[in-house]
Amino acid sequence: MAHAEPQTRTLISQSQLNRRGGRIVYWTVLTLVVGGFTLVFLGPLYWLVTGGLKSTHEVIQNPPTLFPTQLHPETYAEAWSKLRLGRLLFNTLYYAFGALALQLVFDVAAAYALSKLRPVLGNLILGLMLATLMIPAAVLIVPQYLTVLDLPLLHLNLINSPWAIWLPTVANAFNIFLLKRFFDSIPADLMAAAAIDGAGPVRALWSIVLPMSRPIIGVVSIFAVVNVWKDFLWPMLVEPDPRNQPLNIGINSLATGVPQNVVIAALAIASAPTVLFFLLFQRSIMSGLTSGSLKG
Amino acid sequence: MAASRLRLRQNLTAYGFLAGALVSFGCFTWYPMVREVIMSFQKTKRGRTSWVGLANLTRITHDPAFWHAWGNTLQFTLLALLLGFAVPFLVAVLLNELRHAKAYLRILVYLPVMLPPVASVLLFKYFYDPGYGLFNHILHALHLPTSAWLNSPGSAMLSVVIAATWMNMGGATLIYLAALQGIPGELYEAAELDGAGLLRRIWHVTIPQTRLILSLLLLLQIVATMQVFVEPFLLTGGNGPQDSTMTVVNLVYQYAFNFGNYGSAAALGLVMLVVLAGFSAVYVKLSRAED
Repeated sequence: MAHAEPQTRTLISQSQLNRRGGRIVYWTVLTLVVGGFTLVFLGPLYWLVTGGLKSTHEVIQNPPTLFPTQLHPETYAEAWSKLRLGRLLFNTLYYAFGALALQLVFDVAAAYALSKLRPVLGNLILGLMLATLMIPAAVLIVPQYLTVLDLPLLHLNLINSPWAIWLPTVANAFNIFLLKRFFDSIPADLMAAAAIDGAGPVRALWSIVLPMSRPIIGVVSIFAVVNVWKDFLWPMLVEPDPRNQPLNIGINSLATGVPQNVVIAALAIASAPTVLFFLLFQRSIMSGLTSGSLKG
Repeated sequence: MAASRLRLRQNLTAYGFLAGALVSFGCFTWYPMVREVIMSFQKTKRGRTSWVGLANLTRITHDPAFWHAWGNTLQFTLLALLLGFAVPFLVAVLLNELRHAKAYLRILVYLPVMLPPVASVLLFKYFYDPGYGLFNHILHALHLPTSAWLNSPGSAMLSVVIAATWMNMGGATLIYLAALQGIPGELYEAAELDGAGLLRRIWHVTIPQTRLILSLLLLLQIVATMQVFVEPFLLTGGNGPQDSTMTVVNLVYQYAFNFGNYGSAAALGLVMLVVLAGFSAVYVKLSRAED
């Protein structure tokens, strides 16, 4: 980094930093922070990637080696086949993008109805949705599980079906709230003009609201995918069949009895997609994170 | 007449748009909430359900595991606040002062949040291993006393908290960072002219200016850490040495899915809801009174 970003005045003033003593302290702290953070947050990832390249013996050797003495890239192939990573990865993607599609369709439609169509009892419904954010998730886990076991009215058992993961993700009050607030900011004149031109509610949603809402839809989509990717307890309960399990559950249950370097290689493979996804979309993820939680 | 018919049609359209979300909320949050309350007063035996009044509640409170789990959960929450609340704030203050490498450091701090929990948890399990683990190796090289980490009842909970902090601190750090960037520079300027040193500037400007977001996150964090499950479940198999990492949600899980005792699980869940709601109410009241 050649030059610093423009900066407003913070705790320590620019003039204080420009003094000789200040500069020495600043550069020492900066070096320590950059070095320390790299070690603490990137170090474990380095250990994962290189650990997967070590031999079974080397990975549990004491003292540990910084770099593999002999490269064993075949460990990755072994991890892929032994832990059936292809299957687990496919399941995870299937659950994540299915959940994304359902959330986009139903949460956008719900937020649009609450924001622009304003039905009777709309505010009560929004209130009841937001109230669910106050209920600790752990409290509902048992009755939710029983619901999936025997869906009310239809009496369907959703265990081992992707719907057991997809359907509950739609009940996301936070998404609906974020979307509704964004839709509220779309001028009423614009909607009225569309109505005069004869556009029905579907058409107004499709050609006016959606094109204007790209940023918020991006944020909601990213969180939808990441949440499914990271979830543990719920998929463990509702997908007991090993053939249907996502990465988190599958690797954890298959990891026992497999050499450690193979497990480490599997973890490296399992981490790669979200890490790459994050590096690609980090701007939207970070702005979504702060906008979603600050302005509420 | 025509106007009311139009209004009816508009409402029908709106409810058409709402239908999917209403079904999902109904099935997976509203109905389960009601059912949780009903279940906590019921007992199911061989498919037959009967009302038992407060028997579930009496039963769980007479289980020694109940007090044990609450004790552990409280311990976890306190430790998680010391680490999980203070560390992200200090990191955010530090990052806000740096003029270089900001984007890089922000990415680093958030990186663990993106890892699948199984990867972070197993990673720490290997690091904690008393035999070949990296942590003991580093302590040994620095001539510091080593630890049994997850294998001893004394250090198991702290080990879980350290891992959980590493995994989750990214989100809080970024939120604090955004809050810090909103502090007007003139306030620091004025404080400095009045002769306030670094620590006094933090105490009298930084903390009051970020108080709203600090107290909101503190509340959210307490509610979230009281529900900790995945970290102890994966790191120590749920209970840990001498039940030292068994938390309340772990106990709910055991009642329901190991013993099939849904009534007790529901009663315990409800106790948790009441405790957390009571806590939030007191907290909100206190923070209002302060203003």
